[in-house]
Amino acid sequence: MRIGVLGYQGGVYEHVYMLRRALEELGYTGEVIVVKKPGQLEGLDGIVIPGGESTTMGVLARRTGVLERLRDSIRGGLPAMGTCAGAIMLAERVRDRVVGETGQPVIGAMRIEVVRNYFGRQRDSFEADLEVEGLDSPFRGVFIRSPAILSAEPPARITAWLDTGQAKVGVAAVQGPHIATAFHPELTGDTRIHRMWLRVIKK
Amino acid sequence: MLPRYSPLSSSVRLYEVGFHEIVDFFYRLAEAADRLREEGLWMAYGPEVLPERLEVPERGTLRVKYGFPVYQKGGVVMDVTNVEQAQIAEEAGATAVMVLDKLPYDVRRSGGVARMADVRVIEEVMNSITIPVMAKVRIGHYYEALILEEIGVDMIDESEVLTPVDEKHHINKWLFKVPFVNGARSLGEALRRIVEGASMIRTKGEAGTGNVAEAVRHMKLIMGEIWQLRGLPAEERLRRARELGVPVELVDLTARLGRLPVVNFAAGGIATPADAALMMWLGADGVFVGSGIFKSGDPRERAEAIVLATSMWDDPESVAEAQRMVSEQKSMMGLDIRRLKPEELLQVRGAEA
Repeated sequence: MRIGVLGYQGGVYEHVYMLRRALEELGYTGEVIVVKKPGQLEGLDGIVIPGGESTTMGVLARRTGVLERLRDSIRGGLPAMGTCAGAIMLAERVRDRVVGETGQPVIGAMRIEVVRNYFGRQRDSFEADLEVEGLDSPFRGVFIRSPAILSAEPPARITAWLDTGQAKVGVAAVQGPHIATAFHPELTGDTRIHRMWLRVIKK
Repeated sequence: MLPRYSPLSSSVRLYEVGFHEIVDFFYRLAEAADRLREEGLWMAYGPEVLPERLEVPERGTLRVKYGFPVYQKGGVVMDVTNVEQAQIAEEAGATAVMVLDKLPYDVRRSGGVARMADVRVIEEVMNSITIPVMAKVRIGHYYEALILEEIGVDMIDESEVLTPVDEKHHINKWLFKVPFVNGARSLGEALRRIVEGASMIRTKGEAGTGNVAEAVRHMKLIMGEIWQLRGLPAEERLRRARELGVPVELVDLTARLGRLPVVNFAAGGIATPADAALMMWLGADGVFVGSGIFKSGDPRERAEAIVLATSMWDDPESVAEAQRMVSEQKSMMGLDIRRLKPEELLQVRGAEA
């Protein structure tokens, strides 16, 4: 198995660490590589788009020519996992809580609507235990200036919800082999979500 | 291919230890401080109240304080003084902006007391861009920091570029839920700031000069000191911890990781894409650019080029492309650090504490 992590910026090596552990725990043989140039997309079985600033990643992916190639590959079936900014990159519809339409370059492979900075600024960043579809016990969600997934249209569906007191919003979604999470599983040491995704790819 | 900078260069970014274990270390350090306080034993620094782990959802935990800078890695934080510059920075691909009243170059030229930026300007910037907004406070100025936390700034830079109000003490950053970044010139300064609760470290360099030499010196010194730690037997690390004035556990963790246990950026004098790539090659996780962009003749192109060179530092072809986007004739003129009088150096501020 050959898994790529989009490596421009953000929690790149945190995902590399978690993927290596997850592969080992599952007993799969595979390697994890950092992807920054179009040629590195060759022969991948899956791509992780990490957290970071989605505007930065979009600008760099467009400039290096990775954005178009990656969009074609993911729409053509390359399994993708996006966390936080990665979920924004995968979403078809994106807006910001404060400034509204952003018009930023994205991949747009999942039929979900994502609102950036939904929970507010860094002082509103938080942790919460989540019920995630497919896991038998709660998963610790770490939300850092996170987005929320406001809606999903088939074949995408929301697989984890968070009750903020005022509203119940989506914080994870799947669509075929793609997973998007608003939180950061790579900060917890809990590899269950990475393993879940790797098992889907293996099939 | 690029030559490796040092045997450490691979372990600098590729962690042998997970982020969760590093955060657990800080929780345990905080617990120890709390227990010592309960038992009436003095501990200079530590949270006044032990951060709780279980209340859900919980804001401002250590994990989100140390986590925030992780998502700045590989990126460029740009100094801006108004909304227009902040928008140029966002469009160019900055991962955050730092709002100042005056760019460091102008701070140098104008003299007088340099303070926190106007609250109204900071708020205007926060309402007009989607990326995080940081701002600087004077070293030791708790109330500037409280104001910034109150208005919701994403990270505070306790900065030597502004005029310090306390020569002996830095802010006890454990008291805040907002993460802090601090400058350092050596491993001792970096670790002492971490003990005070900093979530992120940057080199001090010599801000506002357009000369990256001091940032290089500070980064090499810090990396070199970490390299030395790795070769020391336990009793020597204990002695070193005493010299540096920090807990031996933190020295041991740093030695084991082969890098600082928090995100470590380069700052001070970065003016060109090549400067940014050089700092990344030396082991920085990302860069702060102060006067280098908006004191140049081509800020828009330069901002984009520095973003490209920082992220793609390990690909000489991309760095060359980035350098092609800017013109040396438009780089900020810069100052010769050797011509500065000792009292004009910003980097020595707060170094005694």
